[in-house]
Amino acid sequence: MKSTGKVWKFGNDINTDEIIPARYLNVSDPKELAKHCMEDADPDFIKKISAGDIIVAGKNFGCGSSREHAPIAIKSANISCVLAESFARIFYRNCLNMGLPILEAPEAAKEIKEGNTIEINFDNGEITDKTTGKVYKAKPFPPFMQDLIAKGGLMNKIRSELSL
Amino acid sequence: MGMTITEKILAAHAGKKTVSPGELIEAKLDLVLGNDITAPIAIKEFRELGLKKVFDKKKIVLVADHFTPNKDIQSAEQVKLLRDFSREFGIIHFYDTGRVGVEHALLPELGLVGPGMCVIGADSHTCTYGALGAFSTGVGSTDMAAAMATGKTWFKVPESMKFIFNGKLNQYVTGKDLILHTIGDIGVDGALYKAMEFTGSTISGLSIEGRLTMANMAIEAGGKNGIFKTDKKTIQYSSERSNKNYKVYESDKDAVYAEIREYDTTKIEPLVAFPHLPEKTKPARGSGVKIDQVVIGSCTNGRIEDLRLAAKILKGKKAHKDIRLIVIPATQAVYAQAMKEGLFDIFLRAEAAISTPTCGPCLGGHMGILAKGERCVATTNRNFVGRMGHPGSEVYLANPAVAAASAVAGKIVHPDEIK
Repeated sequence: MKSTGKVWKFGNDINTDEIIPARYLNVSDPKELAKHCMEDADPDFIKKISAGDIIVAGKNFGCGSSREHAPIAIKSANISCVLAESFARIFYRNCLNMGLPILEAPEAAKEIKEGNTIEINFDNGEITDKTTGKVYKAKPFPPFMQDLIAKGGLMNKIRSELSL
Repeated sequence: MGMTITEKILAAHAGKKTVSPGELIEAKLDLVLGNDITAPIAIKEFRELGLKKVFDKKKIVLVADHFTPNKDIQSAEQVKLLRDFSREFGIIHFYDTGRVGVEHALLPELGLVGPGMCVIGADSHTCTYGALGAFSTGVGSTDMAAAMATGKTWFKVPESMKFIFNGKLNQYVTGKDLILHTIGDIGVDGALYKAMEFTGSTISGLSIEGRLTMANMAIEAGGKNGIFKTDKKTIQYSSERSNKNYKVYESDKDAVYAEIREYDTTKIEPLVAFPHLPEKTKPARGSGVKIDQVVIGSCTNGRIEDLRLAAKILKGKKAHKDIRLIVIPATQAVYAQAMKEGLFDIFLRAEAAISTPTCGPCLGGHMGILAKGERCVATTNRNFVGRMGHPGSEVYLANPAVAAASAVAGKIVHPDEIK
């Protein structure tokens, strides 16, 4: 699987309150949540992006609350992948469980500039900056997590385990 | 090779003799928690499985604490999902307005969590229960849904970091300051994916409530869990609240730590975390930042010991005329106890608003939202951009004594500065 999109850059420690502020958590409808995606980090984010665009961020992306509304908002805003230097653990776990593609790639996250177009190959973890031509490699997922992703997330894995 | 307390609890719940950091395990769960924000998504996912029952109706806890008493129609609909689900599936531990408390104050108080347990909660501050010698960590709604079905979850065994605190505590220094000091030292991702084990002579002297405050904020350093040794205080606390037979685990002398840090507590003063990260700690003394609101409460500092400390500072004083002071007992029992001890008289004379238990303002939900440009000192755990209201507002984290003194002064001060 491959994704190609324009890059939107964010700094370190982008927290879930910035990704989806709690004032919008009185609903859990993905479409409603998408309207406020990244609002407190960049109020115009949702107006600027196109389907398939990619978020590139610094260290500790998704820190703070456990709200799954955060990856849900990003996914339903049609962001195709989040690439970061590192992720906070609950956010990381939530993405694997619910199927928002993420990649940890410190060098790529540092170097790739906003507005560049990048291509991500999820099968081999290769990230190609189409603007500069440079190719990066993401950290591979352990086999257990690859299996989780291949099965389409945690609930599908549970379904197959419980023979539902 | 020895194991840490975290490794031992995880090994026991995975049915293994030993585990080591990095290992992926499937662990049996003793308790699964969700609230009115996270549980609605989990309930929807659980229902989609089409199962007729949950793994154990006594081991699921649903706490409607964030936007309750229901702040608007949408929140009311979310809470109703919890109530309907609890009735249909016979969930014993469902708590709503009038019986509810802020979840991480409520569960320890009810004796639902204790030493040696393995707990997940769809709330990041689920790490609080490590204060009682449990392995306890925050997860998302999908994890909660899967756990309600199977009673199990997957974990990567974390590396452990040890934090040793020795020395007496200076006046007005609390568990809150010890954990703020730690986060200030290692940063908001300083313990990313790791277990944070707190130990040393200072910790032995610290109350259970002080330990709950510390474990609560392990997540603010990126930690997977915060954990304390079970001692006489833990056993007494747990046995007063539950007749469960808890299993006590202890780190081996030759357990392996990714990092060990030692702190001399005589050098720690009451601290304040400045906007917009909990790592931006500075001494409260001499800060002088002008403020508009003070909130005393939350899963971090809304327990009776916290309210007693705030009352001690506020006794015979009034909040500064430009300050809105809001006091939120974390549970109904804390509320009743504070009233019985006369603390409410002190708060009311100080012109504080006293609220029913709720997470409310801590996450910018309701009951004390900030306008653009306003500043608040809060005894809560996060001071991110827009956390308590307008993205242009500011939150300063502090202990209850600093918060109360700052309410009197109208600016951030050390409690000494208002005498």
